[in-house]
Amino acid sequence: MTQAASLRLEKVRLGLDGRTLLDLDCTVAPGEILTLMGPSGSGKSSLLAFVAGFLPPAFEAYGHVWLNGDEITALPAERRRVGLMFQDPLLFPHMSVGANLAFALSREAAKPKPERARLVEEALAEAGLAGFSDRDPATLSGGQQSRVALMRVLLARPRALLLDEPFSRLDRELRSQMREFVFAEARKHDLPVLLVTHDHEDAEAAGGTVIELEG
Amino acid sequence: MLRLAPLIAIAVLILPISSGVLATLLPAFGWFPALGGTTVSAEPFRELFREPGIWQSVWLSLKTGLLTTMISLGLVVAFFAAWSGTRLFERMRHLVSPLLAIPHAAAAFGLAFMIAPSGFLMRLVSPELTGFVTPPDWQILMDPGGLSMSAGLIVKEVPFLFLVTLAAMPQARAGDFHRVASGLGYGRMAGFVFTVWPQLYPQIRLAVFAVIAYATSVVDVALILGPTSPAPLAVRLVGWMGDPDLAMRFKASAGAILQLGLTVSALLIWIVLEKAGSALLQVCSLSGIRYLRDGALRWFSGGAMALAAVLVLAGLAVLAIWSFAGYWAWPDAVPRSFTLKTWMRSLDAVSGPLWITLLLGLAAMVIAIVIVIASLENEARTGRTGGSRSLWLLYLPLIMPQPAFLFGLKMFFLAFGVGTGFAALVSVHLVFVLPYVFLSLADPWRAWDSRYAQVSATLGGTRNDTFWKIRLPMLAGPVLVAAAIGFAVSVGQYLPTVLIGAGRWPTLTTEAVALASGGDRRVIGVYAFLQMFLPFAGFAIAALVPAAMFANRRAMRA
Repeated sequence: MTQAASLRLEKVRLGLDGRTLLDLDCTVAPGEILTLMGPSGSGKSSLLAFVAGFLPPAFEAYGHVWLNGDEITALPAERRRVGLMFQDPLLFPHMSVGANLAFALSREAAKPKPERARLVEEALAEAGLAGFSDRDPATLSGGQQSRVALMRVLLARPRALLLDEPFSRLDRELRSQMREFVFAEARKHDLPVLLVTHDHEDAEAAGGTVIELEG
Repeated sequence: MLRLAPLIAIAVLILPISSGVLATLLPAFGWFPALGGTTVSAEPFRELFREPGIWQSVWLSLKTGLLTTMISLGLVVAFFAAWSGTRLFERMRHLVSPLLAIPHAAAAFGLAFMIAPSGFLMRLVSPELTGFVTPPDWQILMDPGGLSMSAGLIVKEVPFLFLVTLAAMPQARAGDFHRVASGLGYGRMAGFVFTVWPQLYPQIRLAVFAVIAYATSVVDVALILGPTSPAPLAVRLVGWMGDPDLAMRFKASAGAILQLGLTVSALLIWIVLEKAGSALLQVCSLSGIRYLRDGALRWFSGGAMALAAVLVLAGLAVLAIWSFAGYWAWPDAVPRSFTLKTWMRSLDAVSGPLWITLLLGLAAMVIAIVIVIASLENEARTGRTGGSRSLWLLYLPLIMPQPAFLFGLKMFFLAFGVGTGFAALVSVHLVFVLPYVFLSLADPWRAWDSRYAQVSATLGGTRNDTFWKIRLPMLAGPVLVAAAIGFAVSVGQYLPTVLIGAGRWPTLTTEAVALASGGDRRVIGVYAFLQMFLPFAGFAIAALVPAAMFANRRAMRA
């Protein structure tokens, strides 16, 4: 479904008001998870915003972001094909679950409608939510919403995945389930993953390199 | 295109006001070739000051404006101090909110129908308590002191200040400060006035200025409830402006400049009062007195607030009853019979103004909504806001006394052949509709969680996808409410409509005010009823459409 790609951050430096927040040079291979840990204000969420393409103009940003050999540093967010998950599922509240997923298929506008409907149904089945297409997202449990959010990200066929503390709002048991599900999906799609977290368990479960940022 | 939106908004507000003021100033000093004035002189002013009772009119306007503002603001502060955070407060909010939508003229008629010597209140107690079998010969309406006119303004300005203050409450962190003050042993009202009020006031200050400006220059309420000999300044000016003798327009223009000076003076006096008030507050708050015994004042503020709301609402009900009343003799509290005769008889006359009101309101509202949404979307995309300067700009049409620029604008339109067409009328309504639409939509638009836009972009949605498919539908509720407010503002406009429309575009409001002197309560009831029905219909649509659209979307119902 997605082509394997590696995410390279070349000499990335982020600053705010003349103060350097973060200085990073690294490569994340397909299927690998790089974990960034650090106190709030260490610039880890800003790094995700920089990679995804909406760092506020107040920040000074240097360096380059490469996705499988293409430089994406200057591309607008919608053309970077970088998936992003926040703490909250952020399902569009005015759309049905199915419409939320179908929105992620805007890059597939050329495909016939039945084909797109099939992709949505498949994604729901994958998340264990077959038949949920017409449901109101607000009636889903927190875990179900998170799974829909992940499937929505994957349907947009991203070439890398950014996770901004995506499990922190879930309760303990759900958190480990969701973690396994997200990581398994990322590996299955061979996505390089950048994970920002406070939680050491997240870092351990990710199993990849961990970079500790200073405050 | 989007980048032009803020410029268009500024042009819509600034061009009519600046050209209007300019075209008022020139004839005020005798120069306006289109009217035959070719020499600059102070003659129009000399003529103005020769008018009998002109200073009495000035004093009346000044007094009414300041009195109205003080009482309205005092009522709102006292009520917030006494009741915010209580269940009674929530109930009052629901009672007061709809009053904002009612045109000034309709509220004034409602009040008049209640408090007149032959009005509903007197009927209720007569003849049993008063012994009157005919209405007493008391001058309650149009009293020379302008008290009933002040009352008519207060019942409309209180809901306005109430809702503006309510919107400012979250930023003032009212709850937190209030708790701290109670913890220090202060009485409920004192705690509010000492800690929350100083943070609230700066945020509602421009709205208070708007009330002062409106109350010092109001025409429609003054025609219904105000004194006639002499009338408040603005009413006399409009009379001269409408005089068939075009030479009178020089005097009217000079008067409009006097009106500007009068309103500016009222604002300056208010600023001095602000200083005195804040010094007094300082002294009281440092005295250490806790002002715990505020029970009586609390109940008084609640009672006064309820009275203001109930008087208008009941007045409007009485007004509706009049339009269906058959024989209704004094002092009967209810008509002996009901009939559709008045409505049937008025149908022909009322349908023209009804359509004009509807189309005018819809046109101004749609244009305003498009400009406002485009400006806000541009702001969201560029990250640049106009800051506090743009807030002043938005309030400019509300703080500028209407005659000071509408007179000039009318002559400007005539001189340049724009004339009195529908487009000219829409453009002048827009000056008043746009600020309210902007003020109502800006907060919800800016408060929208922009992470939804980021999610949309990472899913491949373009900025236009995000706007049309995500942001606009999610904000459909606030957009429709802003639209309903804009429509209501247009429906209520009196002076811009009579002046710029030059009588060729009668609306429900201009017709109702014109009927005031005739005194046919049944027909006035018909017009005033429709005048309040239109805004309410707008708000009903604004509530029902999103509810139907998102019937199955729980998170959209907040």
